[in-house]
Amino acid sequence: MTKLDEYALIVGQSVIDELKLLAERLQGKVIQNINSTAVGGGVAEILHRMLPLLKELGVDARWDLIKGGETFFQVTKKFHNALHGKPEKITPKMFAAFMETSQQNIDEIDAYGDIVFVHDPQPIALILKNKPESGQKWVWRCHIDVSRPRPQVWNFLKDFIFSYDACVFSAPSFSQRLPIRQFLIAPSIDPLSDKNKGLPQGYIESVLEKYGITRDKPIITQISRFDYLKDPVGVIEAFLKVRKYNDCQLILAGGSATDDPESSQVLEEVLIRADGHPDIYVLSIPPGSDLEINALQRASDIIVQKSLKEGFGLTISEALWKARPVVASAVGGIPLQITHQYSGLLTHSIEGVAFGLKQLLNSPEYAKQLGENGREHVKQNFLLTRHLRDYLLVFLSLYDSHDIVYL
Amino acid sequence: MDKLNKGLEPFTFYSRLHLSELTGYRATTLVELLNFMREVSDACIYHHTHRFLQQHQFLSPEPPNDFAHWISRALGEDTLGEMLASIDIIQFCTLDELRQAMIKEIEAYLKKNPRAKKKFANPDEEFHFIKAISFFLPTQYVVHNLKEFAQALEVVTVDSIYFHIFEARLRLEKGVNDFSYWLETSVGENDLAKQISQLDPYTYTMNDLRTKILKLINKRLTKSN
Repeated sequence: MTKLDEYALIVGQSVIDELKLLAERLQGKVIQNINSTAVGGGVAEILHRMLPLLKELGVDARWDLIKGGETFFQVTKKFHNALHGKPEKITPKMFAAFMETSQQNIDEIDAYGDIVFVHDPQPIALILKNKPESGQKWVWRCHIDVSRPRPQVWNFLKDFIFSYDACVFSAPSFSQRLPIRQFLIAPSIDPLSDKNKGLPQGYIESVLEKYGITRDKPIITQISRFDYLKDPVGVIEAFLKVRKYNDCQLILAGGSATDDPESSQVLEEVLIRADGHPDIYVLSIPPGSDLEINALQRASDIIVQKSLKEGFGLTISEALWKARPVVASAVGGIPLQITHQYSGLLTHSIEGVAFGLKQLLNSPEYAKQLGENGREHVKQNFLLTRHLRDYLLVFLSLYDSHDIVYL
Repeated sequence: MDKLNKGLEPFTFYSRLHLSELTGYRATTLVELLNFMREVSDACIYHHTHRFLQQHQFLSPEPPNDFAHWISRALGEDTLGEMLASIDIIQFCTLDELRQAMIKEIEAYLKKNPRAKKKFANPDEEFHFIKAISFFLPTQYVVHNLKEFAQALEVVTVDSIYFHIFEARLRLEKGVNDFSYWLETSVGENDLAKQISQLDPYTYTMNDLRTKILKLINKRLTKSN
C-alpha cells in the first residue's frame, strides 16, 4: 500500500484524487525547497513528511540546504527571537556576519527550481540570486509568529521579502501589509505519525498501568511542557475547584528538559501545588515518547490546554483528532481550531476552565458531540493532506493572479 | 405521466478548492472595519461571509459570518452582530449588493449608537481581512438527463454542491444556482428549477441540502415513471 493509499483510508479517496489533479497541473515544474537544517525543528519535520507525498503525486519536489557556521546561526537565532517580539541587541557586525554567510550560500547554491521555496529567515537572502528574466518563481515560507516583530530585524528582512513573488504565513495575525502576495497556510498534524495514529486498546492500558493510573474515574489531561505560559498551576487550581463536586483525576504530562532551569522550576511549583493529592499525576515524560503521549490523550475523558500564550497550538488538533472534548484558552491559534460550544469550549480564566470541565463531566453526551465535531473539523482543516493541497494551490497561484482560477 | 427530456447541453459537475490570501488589513474598531469593508475586494467579502460555511459545513445549518461574529464577540455589540448574522444573503445577486447592505446596517447602527465607535478589540482579537482564492475543477461526472443528474448528485463531494449552489450564484454572478439554471434551460424542468432556487441554502448543512434536492428530484422522477 502506498502512503497516499493510507491517507485515502482516512480522508477519503476524493481528497487524494483532488491532490492528483492539482499535481498534474504542475507537471514539468521543479519545486526546490531550501532551508537550513535536515534534522530537528518543525520545518525539517514537515519537509520529511511532505516530500515523499509530493513525489508520489508525481511532483518533482527537491530539497537543498544552506550552510552556515556557529556565528551565522547565533545571529539567525537572534533574528528568530526578535521576529517573535523579544528584544534582542543586534549589532552591525552581526548583520555583516549574516550577509557574509548569505553571500557564500548565494555563490554556492544552485537555484535550479522553477519554483524556489525558501523556508524561514536563515536562507532568505538567496533571493538576491533571482534574475527576473529567468521566469523562476520565488516564495518565502515564514513558519514564525511575526505578529509583533521587532522593527530592527523586520526592516532588515523586509528588503529581501519584497523581492519574492509571494510569501506564506501560518496565521492571519502574522500578516503585514506587503507589496507582494501573501498566503495563509495553517500548520497540520500527520494522522499516521506516532503521535496521532490509532493505538490498540491494550497499549493504552499498558501506558496507564506504567504510570499507576486506573480508569475508575474520569481522566482530565493537559499535555504540554512545564512552562509558565502553559499555566500548569492554573490547571491544578481549576481541577481542585471541580474535584469538590466531581470525582475525577488529573494528569499533567510533559517533556522534561533538565537543561532548562525554568522548566525545572515550573515543575517544582507544580509539585508543590499538587501537594501529593492522590488524584493528581504529574508525569515528566522524556522527549520522543510520542506513542505514550498519544496513549494518554486517548485514555483521557477531557483534554485541557490552559495556555496563557500560544503559537498555533497544534496540541489542540492532536486532541480533537482523537475525538476528545477539549477545554482550552482562547489564545493564539486555538480559536481557529475550536469554535466555542461547537467543537470544544473556549475559556479565559481558571474559573472558566473549572466551569467548562464540570459541564463536560456532567454531560457526557454533549462532551462526546463536541469531540466528534472537533475530529471532523480537524479532518477537514488541519491534516497533512490539506497542508499539501494548500502548497500545491500556492504553486499554481504563482502562474495565475486572479481570485478565481479555472484548472 | 410526464416525459423526461434529454438535456440540450450536458451538465458537468465541478468541484472547488480554496486558498486564503492575506491582505495585511486589520481592524480594531467598528469604524476601521467599516472603512476596510468599503475598500476590500469582493473576494474578501466572499471569504468572510462564506468561510464558516466551508469550514464548518457539517456542524451548523446557520453559520454566522465573520463580521457578525467579530462584532459580537470582540466588540460586544451583540445587537449589531445579530442584525448582520441575520442578513438574508440569498436575496442578493452580487457580492457588492451584499457588501452595501452590511455597510448600510453598520452605518445606521453607528448613527444611532455613537458610543460603539469607542470600543476596541483586544490585541489578540483584531479582525484580519482575508481574500478567498477559488480554484474550479471539472469532475468526472457529466450527465445528460435528470435521472443521471440525480445519480451523480448522490455521490459528488460536498465541495461540488457548494460550488454549484453558492459560488456559481454569487461569485460568478450568475444570479441563480447552476442546478436550477441547467434544469430550466437544458432539460425544461421549470418547476423543479424553481423549487430548488426557492430553497435558502444558507439554512441547510451541505449534506442536508443534497438530501433535500434529491428528494425534490426523486418526486419528479416518480411522477415520470
